[in-house]
Amino acid sequence: MIHGLMAEFDNPTDLVDAANRARLAGYTAMDAYTPFPIEELNEALALKKNPLPLIILLGGIAGGVGGYFLEYWTQVIAWPMNIGGRPFHSWPHFVPVTFECTVLVASFAAFIGMLALNGLPKPYHPVFNVPAFDRASRDRFFLCIEADDPKFDRHATESFLKDLHPVGVSEVAA
Amino acid sequence: MAQPQQPLQAPPEAGSMTAAHRELLAGTPDVIAPGHTFGSVTDKIAGIVLTHRTPIGWFLGFAVAFLFLMILNVTIVKLLFTGIGIWGNNIPVGWAFDIINFVWWIGIGHAGTLISAILLLFRQQWRTSINRFAEAMTLFAVACAAMFPLLHTGRPWLAAYWLFPYPNTMQLWPQFRSPLIWDVFAVSTYFTVSLLFWFTGLIPDLATLRDTAQSKFGQRIFGVLALGWRGSARHWQRYETIYLILAGLSTPLVLSVHTVVSFDFAVSNVPGWHATFFPPYFVAGAIYSGFAMVMTLAVPMRAAFKLDDLITMRHIHNMTKIMLATGMIVAYAYVNEVFYAWYSGNLYEQFMMQNRQTGPFGPFYWMLIAINACMIQLFWFRKVRDNVVLLFILSLLVNVGMWLERFVIIVVSLHRDFLPSSWDMYAPTRWDFGMFTGTIGLFLSLFFLFVRLLPAISIFEVRTLVPEARLKHGGASEHLL
Repeated sequence: MIHGLMAEFDNPTDLVDAANRARLAGYTAMDAYTPFPIEELNEALALKKNPLPLIILLGGIAGGVGGYFLEYWTQVIAWPMNIGGRPFHSWPHFVPVTFECTVLVASFAAFIGMLALNGLPKPYHPVFNVPAFDRASRDRFFLCIEADDPKFDRHATESFLKDLHPVGVSEVAA
Repeated sequence: MAQPQQPLQAPPEAGSMTAAHRELLAGTPDVIAPGHTFGSVTDKIAGIVLTHRTPIGWFLGFAVAFLFLMILNVTIVKLLFTGIGIWGNNIPVGWAFDIINFVWWIGIGHAGTLISAILLLFRQQWRTSINRFAEAMTLFAVACAAMFPLLHTGRPWLAAYWLFPYPNTMQLWPQFRSPLIWDVFAVSTYFTVSLLFWFTGLIPDLATLRDTAQSKFGQRIFGVLALGWRGSARHWQRYETIYLILAGLSTPLVLSVHTVVSFDFAVSNVPGWHATFFPPYFVAGAIYSGFAMVMTLAVPMRAAFKLDDLITMRHIHNMTKIMLATGMIVAYAYVNEVFYAWYSGNLYEQFMMQNRQTGPFGPFYWMLIAINACMIQLFWFRKVRDNVVLLFILSLLVNVGMWLERFVIIVVSLHRDFLPSSWDMYAPTRWDFGMFTGTIGLFLSLFFLFVRLLPAISIFEVRTLVPEARLKHGGASEHLL
């Protein structure tokens, strides 16, 4: 059982070309690994838009509503106090904390949401079995066509990848 | 590398530039020196962390910083055993060094967020090699700032129930109509969000260190911290989404923090504090002093680790220009303060300004004017902007000037307010100075450790500045699309 086949490139242009060709050849289960974000890969790998903006928006709303509720409940219901004759529900005073809570919860939603959708932390992943993969965080660019792709064939896929002028092609042990 | 290196003749944004732009930028140094590859920037930055040889200067600097950190420890122990009476503040000057230093440190932190968030939104490429250590500076500065109000409570272990809303047996809640509670929320949110933003930025670089480290120990530590990051395109897409949104969230946040800090003063009715223009005045002053601190840290770091190919003269110039712009806003605020005092027709406001300028603390006022309004005019000159050593000295002076500004606002306003019968003088004690120099020691100690143990420059973002990172058009697949 193998995880897939991995082609190694020494520059981002070749990787994006390869990803485009693989997509057009009908491969769907594949991923690229790069040392910095490459926007063009989103299109090349036909990546879907992610739901993170919505998650962050919901987090922000929850934080804002929660912060305001906290202030309202403590100042109006739990222990109302007369401060300089102001109404108990003196909403302009509640704005700064509401804002801070909005930002705080939205930021946590962003951070935790990103990790959760990415399935991190994940100490083990098959791609780390490839010795050359150490350079994926340095100066090399990888395209991995995974074995569960319906079009995957151990030999046909290997020769397809080799046609893309990679530095090398290696098998990824599962 | 397979491809020969092309000399970098134009800035990376050259493709979309008009001829006029190009002419304007002629002679502007680049954000990265020519000749770098993905591998060379990685080795250069990761090498500072992974090398076994620590420069002797690092040990000397850390030793001095650590000595001051010990002064902080002694001061805190003395404070907790004796009480806050060891400080010089007393009625009528109920706030002095504790709040001066709090505002000073918080302000310094603001430049880090400005660089990492606001300049990211504005797509300023020159932010890339200074954002990481500026963000670290923010975290350490906010940590130093938070110590002052916390220790000013005298019993910080009880401060939790004064400051944070948690269900306690007395069923008491914080007073949410008070700017001091807004401050607690603003500063703690600021610290937390800055930490998340900073750590998010570190994840891919920690993966680089994990993959580059030779020692088992380093591989383990960085491996745990990197959370298994493998640079997948799917991960990067989500990562970029939240990085941008976190920047978008941090931008209003950083403006809100110093706004709320200024509310601590502006919401009261003390002459010299009760002013509606305090929020923008404070925010500008914060960014001004923060950039001075970034400069103070960048100049020696750049020299010690020979980073002048990554922190180029372009960065130094731009930081100086931002100091000049924000410093001019601050100078404008000083003019406004004088104008309002006169125009208000209010006896107390007018006396406050007269006392500032000619009272017993008058020299401090004129020193801050000399630095923050007059000295910064030097930044107009290219010769000054090119002189790194001079800039280092001037940036230290800016920090002195901004400290004096807070001293003047806080102490000089309080020591002679409405009732002449309660006027008094203020003098700090040695414990005040111990606490202040102690936090400088804490700040520098943390910074020295950070520079040695974590990548002080964002490696993955600097890779995007390497010319090869830009896709070459007319590649094979373009015909297919």
